[in-house]
Amino acid sequence: METALSATVGIFFAVAIYLMLSKHIIRILLGVAIFGNAVNLTIFTAGRVMREVPPIIPEALIAPDAATANPLPQALILTAIVISFSFFAFLLVLAFRAYQELGSDDTDTMRVAEPESEDLPPLGY
Amino acid sequence: MRTLIFRTIAPYLTSLMVLFSIFVLLRGHNEPGGGFIGGLIAASAFAIYGIACGVSPVRRALYFHPMAISGCGLLVSALSGLVSIFEEMPFLTGQWGVIEVLGVPVDISTVLFFDIGVYLVVVGSITSVALALEEREHA
Amino acid sequence: MAVDPGKTVDLAHAMVMKPVAAADWLVVAPVVIPLVFGAVILMLRHETRMHASIAIAALVATLAANIGLLARVIETGPLVMTMGRWLPPFGISFAADALGASLALVATLVALVCAIYSLSDIGSIGRRYGFYTFMLLMMAGVGGAFLTGDIFNLYVWFEVFLISSFGLLVLGSEHRQLDGATKYAILNLVATTLFLTATAFLYGIFGTLNMADIARKVDGLRDTAPLMTLGVMYLLAFGMKAAAFPVNFWLPASYHTPRIVTAALFGGILTKVGVYALLRTLVMLFPPELALLSGLIAWVAGLTMVIGIMGALAQTDLRRALGFVVISGVGVMMAGLALGTGEGLSGTIFYAFHSMIVMAALYLLAGVMNGVGGSYSIRTLSGLYGAHPMLAAFALLLMLAAAGLPPASGLWPKVMLVRASLDAGYPWLAFTILATGLLTTLALGRVFILTIWRPRAEERLAAAVSPRLGYTVLAALSLPIVIMGLYPDPVIRVAQIAAGNLLDAAPYIGTVYPGGGGQ
Repeated sequence: METALSATVGIFFAVAIYLMLSKHIIRILLGVAIFGNAVNLTIFTAGRVMREVPPIIPEALIAPDAATANPLPQALILTAIVISFSFFAFLLVLAFRAYQELGSDDTDTMRVAEPESEDLPPLGY
Repeated sequence: MRTLIFRTIAPYLTSLMVLFSIFVLLRGHNEPGGGFIGGLIAASAFAIYGIACGVSPVRRALYFHPMAISGCGLLVSALSGLVSIFEEMPFLTGQWGVIEVLGVPVDISTVLFFDIGVYLVVVGSITSVALALEEREHA
Repeated sequence: MAVDPGKTVDLAHAMVMKPVAAADWLVVAPVVIPLVFGAVILMLRHETRMHASIAIAALVATLAANIGLLARVIETGPLVMTMGRWLPPFGISFAADALGASLALVATLVALVCAIYSLSDIGSIGRRYGFYTFMLLMMAGVGGAFLTGDIFNLYVWFEVFLISSFGLLVLGSEHRQLDGATKYAILNLVATTLFLTATAFLYGIFGTLNMADIARKVDGLRDTAPLMTLGVMYLLAFGMKAAAFPVNFWLPASYHTPRIVTAALFGGILTKVGVYALLRTLVMLFPPELALLSGLIAWVAGLTMVIGIMGALAQTDLRRALGFVVISGVGVMMAGLALGTGEGLSGTIFYAFHSMIVMAALYLLAGVMNGVGGSYSIRTLSGLYGAHPMLAAFALLLMLAAAGLPPASGLWPKVMLVRASLDAGYPWLAFTILATGLLTTLALGRVFILTIWRPRAEERLAAAVSPRLGYTVLAALSLPIVIMGLYPDPVIRVAQIAAGNLLDAAPYIGTVYPGGGGQ
C-alpha cells in the first residue's frame, strides 16, 4: 500500500512541478493545488498507513482495545487542507482580479510592478 | 437559478440547514461533528439562500456583517482558552462545569465555547467569501 | 470526560499536573493579545476611528509582555507552556528561549512604530478593509512563529502571518499591487508547501513534531535516517521565505507595491522570520548537516549580499532600492549561519535585531520623503536639506546604520561576523561582508546626495503632508539604533545567550521535558 501511495505522491509532485513551471498563472495555480494535495498524501503516507479502526476509545476503557490508525497525520492533513483551501480560494480570486485589471495571465507580460524600460538612476546632478 | 420552486423552498431549506448545523456543532462535543463542519453547513445554507433570493436579503437576515461574526468567533475562541488561567492550568486547557436546566444537568465547558467560536469564524468568513462572489455574479 | 468509576487513572502520565503560575502565561501573551484585539477590531469594522487606538494599545500591551518575557528568559532560561495540559510531545508546546523572545520583542517594537505611522498613511477606507486587523493577526502569526516549540505549529503560524500579509499587500487594489501580490502569494505559498513537505518527511522519520523531542532523538537516528534531505529541504523552504539568492525574486517584485507602512512592516519583520526558522531548524535540529552544508550556505550568503546590493544600485525608485537592501541584509545574516560558530550566530542574531529596525525605519523614511517631496523617484526628489534639515539628519543616520558605519548599530554585528569568518577560515566571506558594506554606502550615499543635497530643480508645491508624525516615528526607531551603536554590550550579551541556546539545546530540551521526562 505504501509503495502505491509513494508512487502516486511522486506522480503528483511531478505533475505539480511541471504545471508550476508554466508561465500562465492559471496553470501555475492548478500546479499549486496539486502540490498541496501531493503534500497531504505525503503526510498521510509518512504517518504509516495501518488500519481502518478509528482511534476512538470505547466507553468504560481508558485505552483503545485494538491497534488503531494514527490520528495525528489525519489531524495534520485536515489542518493543511483547510489552509491550502483558503489559500487557493484567495489565489483564484487574486489571479482573476489581476487578469481583469491587467488583461493578461502571462507572467512575461505582467510587468506593471517592475516595468521593463525603467530609467537607470542619474549619475550626477 | 431563480426558479419559483427554488425560491419558495430556499428559506425553509436554509432554516433547516442552520438548525442542523447547530445540532452538528453541539454533537461534536463527544461524537463526530464540531464547529468547523457545522460552520460549513451553516455557510452553505446562507449561500443557498443567497443564490435563491439574492445577496441583500441574506445580509439583512444576518443583521451583522459576516466578517464581524467571524471576529466575534475569534474572540470567543481566544477567550475560552484564557479561562484556565484562573485554575493555574496552561492556555487552552478545558474547564468543565455543570449547570441545571429545568432539572437536567448540562455539562458546560470552555471546549464548547471554543467550538462555538470556530463555528462563528467559519460561518462568517465562508459566508463573506460566498456572498462576495455571488454579488459579483449578479452585478 | 468522566472516567469509569471502578478505575483510577493516574493523570500524571498524560498531563501536566504542576500548577502553572500566571506569570508563565507570558509565553503565550505575545500571541493572544494581538489575536484578541484583532478580533475586536474585526467586530467593530465600522468604527474606523477606534481602530488605530485599539491597535496601538494592543501592540503596547504586546510589547510589555515581550519585554517581560525576554527579561524572564534571560534571567531563568527558556520558558515553556504546553497547551491543554497534555504532556509534550502530545500537546503543542510554546517554548520561548532568548532567540525567539528577543526577536519577538524587536518585531513588536517595529510593528508598534509602524502602527503609529499608519495614523497618517491609512485612511478610513483602508481601515474599513481591515488594515489593523490584518496587522494584528500578522503580529500574532509572527509572535507565534518566534515562540512556538512545535514544528507543525510553526507551519501554521507561518500561514497565519502569510495570509494576513496577503490582505495587507492588496489593500487598495492598484494594478501594481495585484501584479506584485500575485507573484508574492504564489512563491510564498510554494515555499510554505515545501516546508510542509519537509515536515511530513520529518514526521515520518521521527514520529514527533515537538522540536525539543526532535532535538533529543536526532542523534540516535543519524546513521539511518535521511537527515540531510530534511536539512536541504528546510534550507530551500526557509531560504525562499528569507529571500536568499537564488530564490529571492519575489521580494523585489512585490515589496514596493503596497502602502509604505505595509512595506516597512514586511521589510522589517517578515524576512527575519525566515532567517529565524533557518536558525531554529538547521542549527538546533541538524547541526552536523549544517556543517556539511556550510560551504554551500556561504556561497548563497555571499551571492545574496552582492546581488542584493547590486540590484539596489540599479534602482531609481527608492522603495525598490530598499527591497534590494533587505535582500543584501539577508545575505549578511546567512553568513553567520554558514559559519555556525557561536560568534557567527551571535553576529547573525544581532544583525537581525539591527536589520528589523533599520529596514523598517528606511521604508518609513521613504514614506516621509514622499510626503514632503511628492515622489519616490530619486530622479525627481531633490533639495530636501534646505526644506527639512531634520529629515536629512535622520536620513544620514539611517543610511550609516544600513551600511554598517558608526555611530549606528550596523557596525557591531558586522564586526562580529567579519571576525567569525576570519576565525572559521572564510576570508573571502569576510571580504564580501566588507565589500557589501562599501557598496551599500555607495547605493544609499547616492540616494542621500541626490535627494537631500542636490539643489531643488524647480519650485514645487508646498509640502503636502506635515512630516511631524514622520519625525516622531523616525526618532522612535533611531533611538534604539544609536543606543545599540554606542552601547552594544547588553545586546551582544542577549545575542550570545540566544546563540548559546541554539548551539547547546540541552536547557531548551530540559525545560520542555523537565527531569528528562520519559515517553
